[in-house]
Amino acid sequence: MIDIEKREEFDIEIDKTVGKPFIDDAKFSTRNVDVFYDDKQAIFDANIDIGKNQIIAMIGPSGCGKSTFLRCLNRMNDTIQGCHISGDIKLDNEDIYHKHQDPVLLRARVGMVFQKPNPFPKSIYDNVAYGAKLHGLASNKIELDELVEKSLIRAGLFKEVKDSLHKPGTGLSGGQQQRLCIARTIAIDPEVILMDEPTSALDPIATAVIEELMIDLSKKYTIAIVTHSMQQAARVSQRTAYFHMGHLVEVNDTNTVFTNPEHQLTENYITGRFG
Amino acid sequence: MNKNTTEIIKLKLAKRYAKEKRFKLYGISAIAVSIAFLLSLLINISVTGLPAFQQTYINIEVDIDSKLLKLDSQYSEQELFRANYSKVVKQSLKAMFPGVKGRKQKRALRQLVSKSAIYQLRDFVIDNPSVIDTKQSLWFLARDDVDVFMKGGIDRSLPESDRRLKDFQLVWVDKLLSENRLEKRFNVSFFTEDDSREPEQAGIKGAMIGSLLTMLVTMLLSFPIGVSTAIYLEEFAPKNNKWVDLIEININNLAAVPSIVFGLLGLAVFIGLFGVPRSVPLIGGLVLTLMTLPTIIITSRAALKAVPPSIREAALALGASRVQTTFHHVVPAAMPGILTGTIIGMAQALGETAPLLMIGMVAFIADVPQGITDPSTVLPVQIYLWSDSPERAFTERTSAAIMVLLGFLIVMNFLAVIMRKKFEKKW
Repeated sequence: MIDIEKREEFDIEIDKTVGKPFIDDAKFSTRNVDVFYDDKQAIFDANIDIGKNQIIAMIGPSGCGKSTFLRCLNRMNDTIQGCHISGDIKLDNEDIYHKHQDPVLLRARVGMVFQKPNPFPKSIYDNVAYGAKLHGLASNKIELDELVEKSLIRAGLFKEVKDSLHKPGTGLSGGQQQRLCIARTIAIDPEVILMDEPTSALDPIATAVIEELMIDLSKKYTIAIVTHSMQQAARVSQRTAYFHMGHLVEVNDTNTVFTNPEHQLTENYITGRFG
Repeated sequence: MNKNTTEIIKLKLAKRYAKEKRFKLYGISAIAVSIAFLLSLLINISVTGLPAFQQTYINIEVDIDSKLLKLDSQYSEQELFRANYSKVVKQSLKAMFPGVKGRKQKRALRQLVSKSAIYQLRDFVIDNPSVIDTKQSLWFLARDDVDVFMKGGIDRSLPESDRRLKDFQLVWVDKLLSENRLEKRFNVSFFTEDDSREPEQAGIKGAMIGSLLTMLVTMLLSFPIGVSTAIYLEEFAPKNNKWVDLIEININNLAAVPSIVFGLLGLAVFIGLFGVPRSVPLIGGLVLTLMTLPTIIITSRAALKAVPPSIREAALALGASRVQTTFHHVVPAAMPGILTGTIIGMAQALGETAPLLMIGMVAFIADVPQGITDPSTVLPVQIYLWSDSPERAFTERTSAAIMVLLGFLIVMNFLAVIMRKKFEKKW
């Protein structure tokens, strides 16, 4: 048994993010990002670039701030009372927290898939068509039908649901629901997709399907995924970021992180010594 | 598990089950007691009220003599309207009971039929002028005392001075009965007439229309105001803001304010300050709106709160604005709860009497209201008015009106259940 009081990670200094947090050709870049919930600081000085058409995995123990950080990227934290953010977060070199930046437009460009599948209590068709209708992406019914079909095909769900498009989306299995949520997100053709533990509520088979889908989608979209599964991070991502108690400890190519971590904390985590 | 532990658990098990059984028994007996009370209430009301759905009619050979009517051979419509029908009825009754002497007995004879007989005869003659100078066998409403007697409400064995029908009147009634001239029929006029001082003529149509108009005003005002307040407070208002907290506390307190206070408020503000007319469905609706709003707001907020936040996040993440998120997803999902709350609030308002007493809806009104600014009364106030009347025949009408009101309430609650089923969504 591990004696909590003697856990060594409390003694290890987190000074500066090690590894290679910065890259050329960044889609997102964050500098000196601090996040507070009321008085409690959740993120300390996060500096990281997220590359175009790449999958970046964010790992770390529960409560380390990785989900909070992800939710900063499409300003979903705006909806949380008492949450405030300082520092720069740039999407294509535009400050997304600038006062002229419209969060509605931002969220159309940066889609999000949540931990628990959350289809609307509507038909499968309406679930996928909702975003497109909202933003006026289809000018008529035929275009909309096409868009729905295309999105469902891309999400790998079309074959399973093509005869039941007008049945409720909530009647699907968990894995199908999550793919429906992905189809709904890509129907508005975002540039970035954020995924917050998208497979933690799914069985291994459904997880494998979604992981394949992620790899496929990364050809077109930039994807940032938060995950508790290190295997998943290793399987799907090109780069990995390790968070610890609100600090961004290490960012590097996935291979490097899992085979040759630079920081002691990263090593402790991936070797299973805590977390 | 340690064998010892198993023993300890086993020992306590019987006690635990006994406790469970006892608790179930308490629950069942509580339900039994409440059902017994409910049944006794319903049976009592039904037994008293059901006779009111029947009414005694009396058959009279009417000699529609133009001389008695004081009509010439040529007469205008107005003369026909004003003709002396009361004399015709009087003479026809006299002809049926030739032996009646004396003022007192003559008056008593007249009082076998309802006063409405005169108007009924008038309408009959105006509709069929050819009946003038013929004899017609017509059915008229009987007086309330005769009606009560027919329904077994007057005991012959009592001394004459304790009876509403005297001995000589009983002789007449017996004669009419033996000639099959007294009959109980379904009481249509209870549903088609307005309030009256004469029990046999009194009906609940005016009160029903008044209730309907009042409910309409209440519904049109309280539903939009209540639901938008709930949506604003739940979805848009800043949390942990002292003004919002203050409003919230006040709404919760208002729900517990005695309803008569809303009546006083309506009297002071709507009637006193804004000059809204008294005794009309408009003011009734306004006051009941004040009373219903807290109920609607509180239930609607609970319904909105019960919508899973993941639905809001899903819509926001797709780029829906907050208003779109609220109206496309949250409100539809909360609709069953909102509608149920509204209907329960309405049902409460439908049965409310106290605040309406304060704003003059307790007045005696013998007219069907034509609009929301016509004087009217409502069902519960009508019940209150009748229960206060000394005539024996009003007792059964009071219970009958209660039955009608309960019928409305059951229909409304049934509607609430149907709506909830219809709009319910599975997550």
